This record gives sequence, structure tokens and C-alpha cells, in this order.
Amino acid sequence: MSLKTSPVNIENPARAVSRPRPKPTLRDKYGDRVFNIAATSVLVLSILAVVYPLYFIVIASISDPNAVYEGKVWLFPSGVTTEGYERIFADSRIWNGLGNTVVYTVLGTVISVTTILCGAYALSRKDMPGRKILMLLFVITMFFDGGLITKYLVVRDLGMLDTVWAVVLPGAVGVWNLIIARSFFEHTVPNELREAAQMDGANDFTFFFKMVLPLSKPLIMLMIMVHVVAHWNSFFDALIFLNDDSKYPLQLVLRNILIQSDVSSSGTTGGDIESYAAAQRIAELTKYAMIVVSSLPLMIALPFMQKHFTKGAMIGAVK
Amino acid sequence: MSRIIPAGRRRPAAAPQPQRRISFSLRLKRILRAWQLYVLLAPAIIYILVFKYWPMYGVQIAFKNYNPVDGFTDSPWVGLTHFIRFVNSYQFGQVIGNTLWIALLGLLVAFPVPIILALLVNQLQSEKFKKFTQTVLYSPAFISTVVVVGIMFVVLSPRSGLVNNAIQLGGGEPIFFMGSAEWFRPIYVLSDVWQNAGFSMIVYLAALAGIDPALHDAAKVDGASKLQRIRHIDLPGIMPVITVLFILAIGNLLNVGFEKALLMQTPLNLSTSEIIQTYVYHAGLQQAQFSYSAAIGLFNSILNLALLLFFNSVARRANQSTLW
Repeated sequence: MSLKTSPVNIENPARAVSRPRPKPTLRDKYGDRVFNIAATSVLVLSILAVVYPLYFIVIASISDPNAVYEGKVWLFPSGVTTEGYERIFADSRIWNGLGNTVVYTVLGTVISVTTILCGAYALSRKDMPGRKILMLLFVITMFFDGGLITKYLVVRDLGMLDTVWAVVLPGAVGVWNLIIARSFFEHTVPNELREAAQMDGANDFTFFFKMVLPLSKPLIMLMIMVHVVAHWNSFFDALIFLNDDSKYPLQLVLRNILIQSDVSSSGTTGGDIESYAAAQRIAELTKYAMIVVSSLPLMIALPFMQKHFTKGAMIGAVK
Repeated sequence: MSRIIPAGRRRPAAAPQPQRRISFSLRLKRILRAWQLYVLLAPAIIYILVFKYWPMYGVQIAFKNYNPVDGFTDSPWVGLTHFIRFVNSYQFGQVIGNTLWIALLGLLVAFPVPIILALLVNQLQSEKFKKFTQTVLYSPAFISTVVVVGIMFVVLSPRSGLVNNAIQLGGGEPIFFMGSAEWFRPIYVLSDVWQNAGFSMIVYLAALAGIDPALHDAAKVDGASKLQRIRHIDLPGIMPVITVLFILAIGNLLNVGFEKALLMQTPLNLSTSEIIQTYVYHAGLQQAQFSYSAAIGLFNSILNLALLLFFNSVARRANQSTLW
């Protein structure tokens, strides 16, 4: 990690010297100690605020729905049941949505990353004629856009409604990512390398594919991960461009079940109030389980992705 | 034309750096030699032309009565009719008010939190705890908006939700958070902080890592406390990053969080949750009033752009770093 603050060894010599307690030392030790305690407690509280809701959902997803309903679940699950998970895995909508999401994610990531890397490299070349104007063309779109309606009409006119392309293409190139990639290339690919390669007879294509890309692994990893996460989590393009629910991605299915409480397929019809209430509680249980299932893949991948995202933030900050 | 060119030619001679005049044929040769770069750039260019500039061209329907047969170009002009209709509609005040409220609250609450967190995390002594805090705080950024709103619905549920269970345990009455207009804004902003503060913190941490440690050492020798060092070294050190992110946030002020607002909407909280963008969605895509809602969208974009330009010039006048 390169996120180091002050090197620790500055403190050490001072520690070796014995400090007389009553006299104020060179540094205001008391104030600093108060600050440390305050800072640590604020951070611990923030950690709890982030973690507890997530933890609660995990334990609620395996608890007896009646116990959750009565407010008996706080720190540990009670009356462990896997019914919520069983219901999810029996629900064909979830599987279908998951399958669609995988397709959209893979296809979308390949398209976005390829387009961004190639485009950003070209824009990073200072010897490309018209570079500034072309760059401006991209930057303008960051600050002004045609809006939702005209975008929808364009996609409709292209005949993409209800197709995979409507989910994959309209958001393919983020200009911000393009700028990050461009400044990465500007900083990591020395001009001398290109000149040397050109001497040896490499043209722009061979140089880009054989030299630049192998040099840019961290960037490629970052771009892949940014897009995998974005596609995995996106629902809005699917919401406006897709009508056919067999093409819905997982997030849209989740929205319909979690938020719009469309639990139709969890198999509850009529009956007395008691069984209706029980069914309601089971539906709630299913929701907890669903939140866990849908977030788990990214949460597991998080530790592996962290270092790349931190690097990405650095590249972004350098810009 | 022919008179303008010599005038233009006179300038480079007077200017300190003489502009190189490249002959047309040489320029063409350079362009042709770089054809491979243009091929690499082509997909990205085609993308923005189709999905960014074509919609921009289509914005003209805001001044027309769009009908699918005639398309963007041939639909009849109606001038400012749609804008006037929007401004006079009974929802105008409410929608604008809601949008500004959410944007302002977001700026006042959600913008400073990551900065504070980064300053605190940066002061931690233990590298391990630092890394742990970072990872935990930014993990919610990887949860989708749909799931975050889903979590809000179950955790805040009036019948069985965690929060209401706690309220009832304390002897209070359960509150129907997601179905009440007055709770929409606090829930919206707090959940935003919960989800994104940790992730935004990383940029500031990266900036803090770039501050010369010698400054801190010198300040320590001079007897500066941690708080003083934060105020006089860390904060000024990351000020450029703060300014740029602030301007960007302003530039996106009216667009942020549209998806979440849409997800959080229930028929009961519409009076505070209907913002410009969700209104565009409802009027445009659900009721197929394409021209009317395109006009509202354009209104939104222009307002945004104006805010961006305004704050960028303020930042420039204050001699801070700017976007351009």
C-alpha cells in the first residue's frame, strides 16, 4: 500500500527518550491523545453503522421469520431456517435474471474495455493530428447531454429496444474512464519506447497490442473491474429499454420482488388472514435471503479488487 | 475569406511563439500516416456520435411536437410551448423544489463526510486498522442501488423492520418511513452517505498520501498538534482535489441519484420524492409525452450547465484549481 502518512520512525526516537509526565513536551501529547481517541471512536462507530445493517440482514435471512417479526433477532439468528434460500433457488425468475446478467456483464465489459483502451491510447498520442479537437468532443459530453427521452428515441430508432444491445451499448463508454485510461497511457508509455519500436519497424497497431497493452495490466484490471461491477449492478437501462421480462437482468428482477413486493410466484393464494400473514413473513424472509445472495459475489470479490480500485483512484487523483 | 487569411498570417509574426504554418499537403500526409490511430479511436468516436451527439441533435424536439413518423427533423415546430406548459403546471414548483432540496442536502451532508473520514483515517497509526477501516467503509459502494433501496425497505419496514423494532422496544410508535413524505429526504441523504462516503474517501486519501511528510515533521518539531496539522497541512494540501470534486459535484448536482429516487418512490411520498428526472421519466416514457418531457430534460441540463459554469468561474476568481 502506498497510502502511508508520516513514516513511523519519526516517532520512535522520541519514544526512546523518557518523558516526564507533568511537563508539556515538545508536542502537545495530551491533545493528540484526545484526538486519537475521538478519531478512533468516530471511525469505529462508522464501521458499526456500515456493518451492522448488513450483518442483521444475514442473520435475519436464516432466522425464523416470526422471531424477526417480533423483534427478537438482534445479535444472533434464532430458529435457524434455510427456507428463504430454498425459495430463491426454486424461483426461475432469479435464475433467468442471473443468466441474463452474466451475459450482459461479459458482453458489456468486453465492448466497453476494448473501446476505452483503444480510444484512450489513440488520444494519449501527442503526435495524433486533431487530438485536441477530438478530446474536446468527448469532454463536452460530460457536461451536456441530450437527456433520457432523446436517448430512448435514438435507441428505438436503431431498432434496439428489447434486445441485448440496448442494455450493453448506450452506456458503453464513460468519458471519465476514458480520461483515466488516457492519463495512464501518457504516464506509463515513454515516447522513447515508441520511437525505438518504430525503428524496429513496428507500426501503431503492433506497438499498441504488443508493447502498450502488456505494460498496462493494472489499468486493464481496473477497467475490467469497474465495468463488471457497473454492469452487475445496473438496472436502469434494462428498465427503460426492455419490455420482455425474460430478458430482465437480475437487478430488475430484484427490484420487482424486493421493492415492488411482487411475490406472486412465492405461491400464496387466498386463504384466511392467518396464513396470509404467515406468507407475508415468509416473503420478508425471502427478501433478506435475496439481498444476501445478490450481494455476495461482489462482497467476496471485494478484497481482491480493492488494490486495483485504490490504484484507480490514484490515477484519477493524478489527473 | 481571402482578406481574413493575410490578417491571420500577420499575427504569428507578432506573437512571441511563432505558430508553425503547416501546408495542407503536409497535414494530410500526417493524418494519413496516423490512420491506425484513427482506426483505434473509431469505435469510441462512433459511440459518442450515436449515443451522445445524436440525442443532442434530437433535443430539438423540445421545441417541436414530436411524432414518430416525421422523426427529429421533420416534426412541426411549436416554439416554447412545452417549456411554458411545464412552468405553468401545478407540479413545477414542487418538482423544482424537491430537486433543489435533495441536491442541496446532498452537497451539505454527503460532500464533506468523505473528507472528514479521510482526514481521520489518515491519522490512524496502525496500518492494519487503517486498511481494515478503508475496506469496510467502502464495501457498500459495491452493493447495487436496487439492493440498497431493498435493504431500506426491509430494515425500515413498519411491521417487522429493524429500526421500528428498536423504536417499539423503546416504547415508541412504529413509523412508516418509506411511505411518508417527510422522511424521504433524510433517508435519501443518509443512505447516500452510508453507501458512497467510503468510496469517495479513497480519492482524498490518495491526495493525502501525496502530501510531503517533511511538512508534517517540521510542524511536529514546531509543536503542532494533530488537529493543527490537519488544519494547516492536510486540508490545504487536498484543497485542489476538493475544489475539483466540488465543481464536478455541482455540475452533476441535478442529475445525481435519479435512479435511487426512482426506486425509493412510493405513491405516498411522491410530494417530496418527485424530482425533475423522475418527472421526465414518468411524463416521457410512461405517458409517451416525448416532446414535453424532452423540454423538461433540456431545462434540467441547461440549469446544470449554468451552475457548473458559475461555480467554475467562482473557483477561478478565488484562484483555486478549476476544471479548465
